[in-house]
Order: sequence, then structure tokens, then C-alpha cells
Amino acid sequence: MSRSTTPLTAAGPRPGAAAPSGATPRLEVEGLTVTFGGLTALDDVGFAVGDGEVVALIGPNGAGKTTVFNVVCGLVRPRAGSVRIDGRPAPAATSRLQGHGVARTLQGLGLFSGMTVAENVLVPLSGRERRSEDGRALAAAALERLDLLHTADAVVDALPYPERKRVALARALVTNPRLLLLDEPAGGLGAEDIAGLAHVVRGVVASGSSVLLVEHHVDFVMEVADRVVVLDFGRVVACGTPDEVRSDPAVEAAYLGLEAAR
Amino acid sequence: MDRLVLLVSTGVARGLVIALFALSLVIIWRAARIVNFAQAAMAVAAVYVAFAVQQATGSYVLALLSALVVGALLGVAVERGLMRHVAGRTPMPGMIVAIGLVMVLQALLGIFFGPKHRPMTPVLSEAPLYVGDVPVLSRYDLFVLLVALVVVVGLGVLFNRSTLGLQLRASAVAPEVSRLLGVRVPRMVTIGWMLSSAVAALAVLLLVPTELGLNAHSGDVLFVHAFTVAVLGGLDSPAGALVGGLVVGVLISLVTGYASAGLAPLAVLALLTCVLLVRPGGIFATKEARTA
Ligand SMILES: Nc1ncnc2c1ncn2[C@@H]1O[C@H](COP(=O)(O)OP(=O)(O)OP(=O)(O)O)[C@@H](O)[C@H]1O
Ligand SMILES: [Mg+2]
Repeated sequence: MSRSTTPLTAAGPRPGAAAPSGATPRLEVEGLTVTFGGLTALDDVGFAVGDGEVVALIGPNGAGKTTVFNVVCGLVRPRAGSVRIDGRPAPAATSRLQGHGVARTLQGLGLFSGMTVAENVLVPLSGRERRSEDGRALAAAALERLDLLHTADAVVDALPYPERKRVALARALVTNPRLLLLDEPAGGLGAEDIAGLAHVVRGVVASGSSVLLVEHHVDFVMEVADRVVVLDFGRVVACGTPDEVRSDPAVEAAYLGLEAAR
Repeated sequence: MDRLVLLVSTGVARGLVIALFALSLVIIWRAARIVNFAQAAMAVAAVYVAFAVQQATGSYVLALLSALVVGALLGVAVERGLMRHVAGRTPMPGMIVAIGLVMVLQALLGIFFGPKHRPMTPVLSEAPLYVGDVPVLSRYDLFVLLVALVVVVGLGVLFNRSTLGLQLRASAVAPEVSRLLGVRVPRMVTIGWMLSSAVAALAVLLLVPTELGLNAHSGDVLFVHAFTVAVLGGLDSPAGALVGGLVVGVLISLVTGYASAGLAPLAVLALLTCVLLVRPGGIFATKEARTA
């Protein structure tokens, strides 16, 4: 566990780019720049996620948070910059992500409509990386972990939203990823479900895995994150522990949309 | 009454052939989001090979197997060699290329084999069997019915009970998400084409002996019927293809039996029109599951 207290370096060229003390970070993003036509979605973004660390990526709508995930997953090609997972370059093919121990949830749930909960959770185990494992047992374990066993044979579309959200999480956890990317996992959930989610996230890091999460729910971020990276208009404007970030004027400015923030 | 039994049972057998072909259109729609207008022309090409195999070896079983294999290979060739390189996020460009492919294939078949119909005799008798003294379907229709059922059940097991089927369905519903989860989506698309073309070739092979014979256009009417069925049942729905195939098959059989064969295509088109009136958006109104 490396709970670093990287100082606020909002003015620096690459805030938080350094690995949190010691060994190769689980995920290392450097100098990431992404443009869509004339729009610069990411501008020289850098940060790292260490072993067993929970890093939250926050920022206003359109700040570029999901785009960071898309680059890590090979869905969006950056104009510049690099992504390293356990020191290795991230795979070029999205379908090879699993082999690098990465799993992700989507902002929109992205469940397989018309398929059962169990089938949804089995899909990540069907690829060549996983063929030899006992899929049924792993799927059952993941469903158990998220208290979904009783819904295993239900068609996902029929479940209430919080349960569908847990299915998406179970589908990401079923491969026991070493790096878990969660895009707004608390979005649309009530207090009780969020408490359950925090418990699951703590369980994930307790087993040595790392979590990078995008989240708007401030209390949840403050509770689970070891470090927070703040994005605004595609740039890292702050980075540090939750407490440091909370008291950073640049962060407040970003959320209020003040010009001074840039 | 006896006549009704005969017409309905024959209609069920013919309907299953239509259902098979419609299933092949559903499989390809789900895998690649296109209506493969070249399906019939590709299937007929495969059946020409099967016909040659039967002539050379005298074995119907070998002919049947070669229709399946050649159909599958044609599917792979068309997907890898042609469709994969068609740009565009909408189904339209792919379908236009498919229409072009129909013209090329039919012209080639015409050049090589000429316009005449080559008679293909059914492996089994076409005289009706009797249950008591009521005539029901012929031995050949019974054979068709059984083969079609085996294929339908086989496809059901493949898609719903196997790992490959899970991947095929997943990449059909949400290709982007499937890639994230380690499914090799392009491979699934190829397999979809392969399965689809093999099933279509089988359907044409089963149909031809009950028609005039083999000709470059032997699959055209079947395609129109199957397309109608796919619209009726929804292009995304295998169950719809099955039920729709049976409905259209029985309809054709009844109209042919009680009125005239010439009216059958009109009846099918009337059915299609009614469905489109009820579902004005037509086939492309089927909601696509958008994700990622
Ligand atoms: N594929 C794309 N093509 C064009 N523009 C895109 C694409 N993906 C994202 N963008 C744009 O890039 C910017 C960043 O988008 P992104 O989805 O990363 O934001 P976000 O921080 O995740 O926002 P939210 O909190 O609303 O989810 C936005 O202006 C968005 O419109
Ligand atoms: Mg987002």
C-alpha cells in the first residue's frame, strides 16, 4: 500500500505524473493529449495509480474523464502521450485488455440487453484469455460478491437500476482484474447502495488490486479515494489527497466554471 | 378436409425452408447489421457445387455436406474479402454492396451454367404419405421437415447453450462492450457470415427439387419470402423467423391449393404490406441496443 501525499502541483507541467513512491505503478498515464476535430478533450494529462490504491478522477461534465478511460482501453487513440500498465505499454487491441488484468465499467451500463444476469457475467470469461477457467464457478462467486445470486437467471433488462448497476460491476470483477476502472459507479444510486459500493471497492483494494474511478458523488470520493486527480477542460488542475483537493481553490473554481481556473 | 390437412402439412415443410432462410438473414443481421441481399445468389452458387458433387459421386449426402461447406466458405470469403472493407457506420453501404454482389454472382452463374433449369430430383418420393386414408405430406417433405428441425434446434443450442453462442450474441448486442470484455468481435462477425451462408445454402438445396430445378435465380423467390418473414418477425428475432416462416409457408400452400399458384406471391406481398402498415417504420425501426 502506498498512500502518497503528492503535493499540489497544478502549475507544473505534469501534475502527479510521478508514481506514488516506490515500485512500478499499476497504471501510469503520461502527457496524454486527445483531440476530436477542433476540440481538445485531453491536454497533457498525467497521473499514476499505485498497487492497492484508489484514485478518483473528478471534474465537471465534459472535462475529459471518460476520455481518459477510453484511451486506457484502446478505444480512443491519443494524439500524444503514453499509457503503461504494470510498466508495459497498454495493449493496442481493446480485446486484449483482459490479458493485462484490466476491467472497466461504463458510464451507461452497457449491459447485454436480452441476456440473463449470469450470461452477462459469463461474457468476460468466454474470451481466449479465460477459456480454461471454470466460468460457472467464477461467475457465481462474482454474483455472490454483489449479492446477485438470486437474480442469476433473470433477464437484465427486467432488474431495477441499482441491481443492473451491480451486474455491471460483477461483470467487471469476475476476471479478478488488477486494475479496475469505474466510470461513475455511484451515479443514480441511493445512500444504502453507495455504502455497499464503498464496501466492494474496499474489498477490491484489500486483495491488492487498484481502482481508478470517475465520480461526481463527492462524499463517496472522499470516503474511498486515497488520492484525487481533478480534471478541467482536459487539463489536470489539482491532484492530492481528498482533504488537500477539497481545500484547493483551483478545484472550487473548476466546479464553478470560473475563468481564473484556467 | 383431407385437402386442408395435406396443404397445411406441406405448407409447414415448405415454411420451415423459408424459416431456415429467414433465420440465415436474422443471423447475419445480428452479426453484421446488414440485410444480405446477396444471400440467395451466394446460396445458389453453393448449390451448383453441391449439384456437381451429386452428379460426380451420385451421393446426396455428399451433396448436402458440400452445400453446407461451400456455403460457409463463400460466407467467409464475402465477409473477409468484401464486406469487411465497406466503410460506414450505417447498414446502408454494406447492403448496396450486397446488391451489387447479387448482380455479379447471377451474371457469373448465367455465364458458366446458362439460363436453363437443371432438374434436381428429390432423394425421396414426392407422393404423399397416408395417415389412415388422409393424405399428408410426402416422404421428401418429411425429410425436409426433419432436416430443417435438426438445423433449427442445432442453431438454438449453439446460440443459447455454448460459449461461442454467448460470444456471438454478445457481440451482436453490443460490439464495443464485447471488445472491452475480451471478445474478438471481428471473428464473431465472420462466424456469423459463415453460419448464415451455410444455412441459406442448405435451404436452397432443400427447396430446389420441389421447384423447376436449378438456375441462377432459383433462390430469388425464397429470398423474397424469407425477407417478408424477417420483416414479419423482426430481423433481430430468431423465434420470429421461425414462426413467420411457418405462417408464410402455410399461406402459400393454402393460396396455391385453393386458388392458384400465381396468386401466392401476391398473398405474401399483401401480408408484407399489412405488416408494414401496422409497423410503418418497417424493419429499420427495430431498436438497436446502443452502448459504450
Ligand atoms: N468520440 C468523441 N467524439 C467527439 N467528441 C468527443 C468524443 N468523446 C468525447 N468527446 C468530447 O470530449 C469532451 C470530454 O468528454 P468526456 O466524455 O471525456 O467527458 P467526461 O468528463 O466524462 O464528462 P461527463 O462527466 O459528462 O461524463 C466532451 O466535450 C465530449 O463532447
Ligand atoms: Mg464521462
